[in-house]
Amino acid sequence: MTENILEMRNITKTFPGVNALTDVTLKVKRGEIHAICGENGAGKSTLMKVLSGVYPHGTYDGDIVFENQVLNLKNIRDSEHLGIVIIHQELALSPHLSIAENIFLNNEIKSRGLIDWNKTGLEAQKLLAKVGLSEDPNTPVNKIGVGKQQLVEIAKALSKRVKLLILDEPTAALNDADSAHLLDLLRQFKSQGMTCIIISHKLNEIAAIADQTTIIRDGFVIETLDMRADKVDQERIIKGMVGREMNNRYPVRDPKIGEEVFRVENWVVHHPDDHERVVVDHANLNVKAGEIVGLAGIMGAGRTELARSVFGHSWGAKISGTVFVNGKEVKVKTVRQAIDAGIAYSTEDRKRFGLNLIDDIKRNISLASLEDFTKYGLVNANEEFKIASQYRDSMNIKAPSANSIVGKLSGGNQQKVVLSQWINVDPEILILDEPTRGIDVGAKYEIYTIIQELAAKGKAVLVISSELPELLGICDRIYAIAEGSITGEVARKDFSPELLMQYMTTAKEASNV
Amino acid sequence: MSNITEQESGFIGKLRNRLKGVDLRQNAIFLALLTLIAYFAITTPNHASLTPDNWSNLVVQNGYILVLAIGMVMIIIAGHIDLSVGSVAAFIGAVSGILAVRPLEQNGWDWLPASPWFVAIIGAIIVGALVGMWQGFWVAYMGIPAFIVTLAGMLLFRGLALMTLQNSNIGPFPDAFRAIGNGFVDKENTLGKDFGIESHNLVALIITAVGILALLWSSLSTRRGRIKYNQSVEPRTWFFVKNTLLAVMIGYVGNKLSQSSGIPWTLVLLIVLIVIYTIIMKQTTFGRHIYAIGGNLHAAVLSGINVRRVNFWLFVNMGMLSALSGILITARMNSAVPKAGDGFELDAISSVFIGGASVQGGVGTVTGSIVGGMIQGVLGNGMNLNSVGIDFQMTIKGLVLLFAVAFDVWSKRRTK
Repeated sequence: MTENILEMRNITKTFPGVNALTDVTLKVKRGEIHAICGENGAGKSTLMKVLSGVYPHGTYDGDIVFENQVLNLKNIRDSEHLGIVIIHQELALSPHLSIAENIFLNNEIKSRGLIDWNKTGLEAQKLLAKVGLSEDPNTPVNKIGVGKQQLVEIAKALSKRVKLLILDEPTAALNDADSAHLLDLLRQFKSQGMTCIIISHKLNEIAAIADQTTIIRDGFVIETLDMRADKVDQERIIKGMVGREMNNRYPVRDPKIGEEVFRVENWVVHHPDDHERVVVDHANLNVKAGEIVGLAGIMGAGRTELARSVFGHSWGAKISGTVFVNGKEVKVKTVRQAIDAGIAYSTEDRKRFGLNLIDDIKRNISLASLEDFTKYGLVNANEEFKIASQYRDSMNIKAPSANSIVGKLSGGNQQKVVLSQWINVDPEILILDEPTRGIDVGAKYEIYTIIQELAAKGKAVLVISSELPELLGICDRIYAIAEGSITGEVARKDFSPELLMQYMTTAKEASNV
Repeated sequence: MSNITEQESGFIGKLRNRLKGVDLRQNAIFLALLTLIAYFAITTPNHASLTPDNWSNLVVQNGYILVLAIGMVMIIIAGHIDLSVGSVAAFIGAVSGILAVRPLEQNGWDWLPASPWFVAIIGAIIVGALVGMWQGFWVAYMGIPAFIVTLAGMLLFRGLALMTLQNSNIGPFPDAFRAIGNGFVDKENTLGKDFGIESHNLVALIITAVGILALLWSSLSTRRGRIKYNQSVEPRTWFFVKNTLLAVMIGYVGNKLSQSSGIPWTLVLLIVLIVIYTIIMKQTTFGRHIYAIGGNLHAAVLSGINVRRVNFWLFVNMGMLSALSGILITARMNSAVPKAGDGFELDAISSVFIGGASVQGGVGTVTGSIVGGMIQGVLGNGMNLNSVGIDFQMTIKGLVLLFAVAFDVWSKRRTK
């Protein structure tokens, strides 16, 4: 009895030189949660941009039928007017404005031409209650966490009388508790009759929440799976996404572990804005040559903070503790010192902290090791090109040449540039923070292979990741971190997700250390 | 070049093939400069813009802005701005006046003997470096935005200039000092006369020839290096056309200058600076760090770049170049005046942006900024010769800046 609220019929969208979407047909039933899966660059975002009017009617072929009406969208306002609201992965909130101001941005409640702040506050409160937030609507948005900001976005969507809510990677930046809350909320909306389209890389969430899943690959719809009828699991979705059975998502290897290379002792870090707050609390860890060690923890547990404070005190304040490389204590007060001591750190956020996106591949790769290319004070650009070209080949960076601009590459290829930069420093220990975040299944496999090759060459590798299966797949040993303390250490033979999850969620006892 | 690329037929098609791989945007401002020169050559009465003396004027009248533009583009690439350069130039002009002339009527300076011209110049540049250290300290180590620091500096150093000059002028300057702003290499053409050449300044011709050879040699060796490393290069036809064009232009200007009083010392200074700073920006770690900082500050920090130190030295460098600019204008006017350098900062900043730098930082070149400065210079010079009023001149210059940057933004968007 459920009718289709939305039908996208034979949508074809071309950009100069590429077919982004080819003959895509998508049917979404009223009151269901419909997931869209596909590797990066498969065409998911383009499809949603067509649907929300970012690409206006006439710039694509095919029809959009919403509530039995063929749409003729000119811009986003048109689609929002009809009740189609999209929430992008990068949140579109204005950080210094309050929650209420953000919710009613460009949709202000006015009386006689002036904004009615009392009514705005009241309405905001009602909307916040619907998404389970008890925050004061006057709180500036940058004072609340990412999870809550996501909920504010949803409240903003609700204020527009949304009928079809589109969420692009809604949980990518959220911790497990916030993700779970968000998914609950979606289920609740569904029971109230709202329709949702969700785009996600987290297949376990899709398996848990979606009624239907449409898989897109290279601009084509591969299939639409009914998540209730068939026995559909994550492996089934992955098969559709990559076009082949991924029997093994992690390459196999035979580790050859040597002497201890890297050791951190009694590492304590305080928050840079609040010097009283302990973020990393007497952490101890070590990594041996040829070993891949994982650091598991939920977001905010202090993983990145630990890594960045070790890497030249590039985060935090009032840092104490000692770092040893090859048994010798080293100074890591500046990033330069850390690099010279043999430590390399590749960031979790390559666009913000890792790459100069407007510059080319070769200059990004050489940046941390520029001295190696310098003779008599002059940098040899030809040598840079040569070395970068070698990385392009060995890392399989898909780009026309080492002179290509990094900003134009896909996420996976950008990540390979970041890794090349740090491999070229020839460090003893590589700290890789979320090396596979936001990149597709195929590229992930390549990154894992690169990590394993590094270990095989005798490097010590410390991998930080939010994805537990990934750590279980590639590591020889895993540390768990919770609230800034190392709460457990598990060797490969004892690996179990349950045990690690338990360590990762260990609450800190009242500490007076 | 291989024949992998599809060959198009017809003249236009062939031309398009030949021009494949040419960065049109980079060459566009250069072509704009040529167009402007051609336009004024036609419109000015008796082709006044092409006379030897006018070419000479063009160089010495714009030298002090071009010197500033070199420092400014570095500052802007790193993501900062410097609004104080005009005031610093005035202040340093005053300092050089005290050092070189020390007029007795200036109260409080009677203990100081007038120093030789080179001591005055070196001293003035040292004071410029100190000014740069002051501003660099606040920007790099105290984290105050450069806009604020240099806005304050704009007032501060104008005030110091007034104080130093005690609201009067200092001058005249010794001839050797004046030469840097007003003098020419072998003005009397003694070398030419030795060889019996009266009509042309022989030293100017020799310098021009050496310059052309050096340019051709450097672009050829760069091209060879890239080919050796299997990098893409500009199409051969375009490479030859471009370099021939450049050589002809330099030869033409050099020939014109040789018919006037010869090569101005300002031009010699400028060429030396352009060469040195192009190498610094393209081929030294310092230059590369500047681009990295402007491109992504966080990534630069995490790559081990000492951002504070780079920022500090950037401002020291700017201080020294502002000092040089102040010396040039003082030498040219033969007088240190409190109003000197008024509005220079805006001319220098416009040059940089017309020259293709990005407001967000990370993008820009020394040569681009020089061409940008020349566009403004030719425009002003040509309009003066055409007796265009100051009101109209300002309007035109404003529109040129706006449209140049708009074109840049538009062409970037197109290539995305």
